[in-house]
Amino acid sequence: MAGYIGTSQSRIDGVKKVTGAAKYAAEFNAPGLAYGSIVASTIAKGRIVHIDTSGAKRVPSVIDVITHQNRPSMADNDKAYKDDVAPLGSPFRPLYDNRVMFNGQPIALVVAETSEVARDAASRIRVEYTEEPHVTNLFQQLDATISVPQPTNPSEAVFTPPSARGTPEQALASAAVRHEGTYYVPIENHNAMELFTATAVYEPGGKLTVYNKTQGVQNVQRYVCGVFGMKPEDVRVLSPFMGGGFGSGLRPNFEVVLAVQAALALRRPVRVVLTRPQMYALGYRPAMLQRIAIGANSGGTLDAITHDVITVTSQNETFFRQETGWSALLYKSANATYAHRLARLDRPTSSDQRAPGAATAVYALECAMDELAVALKIDPLDLRMRCYSDRDQIRDRPYSSKALRECYAQGAAAFGWDKRNPAPRSMRDDGDLVGWGMATGVWDATQMPITVRIALSAIGHAEVACATSDIGTGTYTIMAQVAADSLGIPLENVSIKLGDSALPPSPVEGGSWIAASVSNGIATTAAAIRENLLQIAKTMPNTPLANVGPDDVALAGGDLVSRLDATRAVAIVDVMQHGGIDRIAQEKTTSPVQDEDRAHNTHSATFAEVKVDEQLGVIRVARVVSAVAAGRILNTKTAASQILGSVVWGIGMALQEETLIDHRFGRVMNANIAEYHVPVNADVYDIKVIFVDEPDDSNPLGVKGLGEIGLVGVAAAIANAVYHATGKRVRDLPITLDKVIGVA
Amino acid sequence: MTDPEDGPTFHPTRRDVIAAGAVVPIAMALPPGAAAQSPSVAAASGRVAVSLTINGTQHVLTIDPRTTLLDLLREHLDLTGTKKGCDQGQCGACTVLSDGRRINSCLTFAVMFEGRHITTIEGLAAGGTLHPLQQAFIDHDAFQCGYCTPGQLCSAAGLMAEGRAKTPDEIRELMSGNICRCGAYPNIVAAIQQAMGRS
Repeated sequence: MAGYIGTSQSRIDGVKKVTGAAKYAAEFNAPGLAYGSIVASTIAKGRIVHIDTSGAKRVPSVIDVITHQNRPSMADNDKAYKDDVAPLGSPFRPLYDNRVMFNGQPIALVVAETSEVARDAASRIRVEYTEEPHVTNLFQQLDATISVPQPTNPSEAVFTPPSARGTPEQALASAAVRHEGTYYVPIENHNAMELFTATAVYEPGGKLTVYNKTQGVQNVQRYVCGVFGMKPEDVRVLSPFMGGGFGSGLRPNFEVVLAVQAALALRRPVRVVLTRPQMYALGYRPAMLQRIAIGANSGGTLDAITHDVITVTSQNETFFRQETGWSALLYKSANATYAHRLARLDRPTSSDQRAPGAATAVYALECAMDELAVALKIDPLDLRMRCYSDRDQIRDRPYSSKALRECYAQGAAAFGWDKRNPAPRSMRDDGDLVGWGMATGVWDATQMPITVRIALSAIGHAEVACATSDIGTGTYTIMAQVAADSLGIPLENVSIKLGDSALPPSPVEGGSWIAASVSNGIATTAAAIRENLLQIAKTMPNTPLANVGPDDVALAGGDLVSRLDATRAVAIVDVMQHGGIDRIAQEKTTSPVQDEDRAHNTHSATFAEVKVDEQLGVIRVARVVSAVAAGRILNTKTAASQILGSVVWGIGMALQEETLIDHRFGRVMNANIAEYHVPVNADVYDIKVIFVDEPDDSNPLGVKGLGEIGLVGVAAAIANAVYHATGKRVRDLPITLDKVIGVA
Repeated sequence: MTDPEDGPTFHPTRRDVIAAGAVVPIAMALPPGAAAQSPSVAAASGRVAVSLTINGTQHVLTIDPRTTLLDLLREHLDLTGTKKGCDQGQCGACTVLSDGRRINSCLTFAVMFEGRHITTIEGLAAGGTLHPLQQAFIDHDAFQCGYCTPGQLCSAAGLMAEGRAKTPDEIRELMSGNICRCGAYPNIVAAIQQAMGRS
């Protein structure tokens, strides 16, 4: 089975995307479609006393205004609002009652015949509140943090800090060289290009078809059923294309509730599109304050590490991810403590954002390692090699594979790291200060249970169906590649169906687990089809496959052929004809093999060059080399794009991105993509992506996943390069020019 | 409804508008499913007539004067290839060509384009053949989620027509009004260079 897997393939949905034919959630129309416009709260905490909707209702073409007072019936218990990936606590309930829990909270939906009228009328809603004191500033809550809750089951334990080892305080005190630092990562918003949208189409009889921007159509389906007491067969959720997710679409967002409320209330199709500012009232990467202390012996290996983290969550839910575990996993240290505390703020619940936990925690860890290297007067890469571990340092077990050494070696060679002058401010180019920095990255390699249906026709066309999503990652294309190889047919003979809740079950598209899950799922189902064909082939007169076992045949070139003797083959079309069928369909669930004796991770090494204008403090990331070890790469073209995009995210995280809140009102001040800076084309220069060879047998295809690993460590490599260029260590992101100006 | 994946069979008024052509300005541009109103009713409700040519086809519509060119395309003509990413002129996803010049269609009212020729992503390919930029974007994987892509392509087509972008640095600068959150920028620059070489 080889041919397409591991090659460079253009996206099979490419033509749709470059011609405008790919349809996103706001682009499905229906007769009688009405438009909803959201009215958002202007206070951060309190109660709605009165909503005056009369001004809005007087506008011609306004159909209705929906508030907590006239909304359709909704569930009255937290369990109904718990989606597949909800954190602990009590989920926010849109338009449920008069409580205001964050600034920007939806408190009314104006529904009109046109979007222009809906928007105009929404501005005519008058609201009276009783305000309560709010807190949105992490730094005001440092004395009121809580420890992350103790896990009540193994699935919760993956996010809690690792156990302490040895006597870290004593070891730190007696260490030959110590580094201690506090690092800060601000709130960051996902800012995917597509606005969150739901088009809820009310069908005669009360069924709903919902086109929603989401990373999990079945998660949204279950959620809508829970909230509105509907049956799964009456709610179908579709998301064939998604204009960027990055974690923002893992949980159902409030636009889907509002669209369904209006569709049920009015018994007609309703579309709700968030405005860009309203997108900042959804989840976000939690701000994170971390203190790291590292003690090393003079030989440059670690004696002690303490890593203490504070992140933010809402008052109603307790969101946290694994933060400190990455430093525990990566580097050997006999003495260590890890702590994670939470600050509750009157804000929406924080959420997963690309490489949640790792992007932030490894930023601090890898900057601290750089600072330790400076203190030890050794090369930062050399320090990583001295501290290298072939075993998972939390559970003392081997890795299924770990080609991080090769990442370091190949990345350093491609970058030219050996030409680095270690002294800060020692390198210049045309007047600019030049800095070189590097960092390590690590993420989980996870596989989840998934179900795939394949229908293979006699003439060699296959339809592959699974309710997963392609959020831009290339899922359509890798699914077709794996199916084509597994079934021995040309890529163009494969059609992919995904993003539809009516298809076979898939988990949400996140955590870098879909590539491994769906590719192995396709292989399993294809094997069932092969076995099915073999059973029929064995009954054919004079069959050449009489004594061949199911593992000894392959599908290739339209034939069912013996792996041992290629002359023993029958055409699939003849097999099906003999069986009196024109297609074979199989649906199989594939679960990961339990392998707790080994750790399963991806790794990376990032090398970055920055150029800093000494007078203006302007920083350019001139060059990045990202070397990634992530098992088998299914499609070298789309995989490289994922890593490339992650590096661009790292540039944003290091130098630009920060959600700013006016704490007087608890409101985001830069709730738009002009004032919230994300990298643009002119910010991005030379990026080289290397995939190192890393055979892995954790799953039959050896796939590990790529969605997160490319981001982890990038901000640290850039921050370390800025230090090397300027001699100034900036520990609070983003490293804006005001923080480096006047460095001389 | 038919197969939900392809959307309901109802296609808002595009065909009807085309059929109506430039003969008389009739109110065919109402929201999907709304009852057609007579021109006089339309006038009384503050609606205005506009005639513009989109991808070579003349459209005559009677619309709410607050309708942006972007919403006209997406909501009235079902030309949903042009994307709404911010509705504030910040992201470039809505870029179309007006008489060959790049504009943010979200920042302009449709009535301002009386008599103009608008080219959208749907009009970029000639017949069944992809525009060299479209093929280059596929070849270089110059997109991931695809949402900013129509705007990137229209911007690239515009700057090529302007003849201003000669070097990768100039391309980067001139393409910086089009945000790609997936971060495909280096591939976008490579794709544009390929297309410039061909044309």
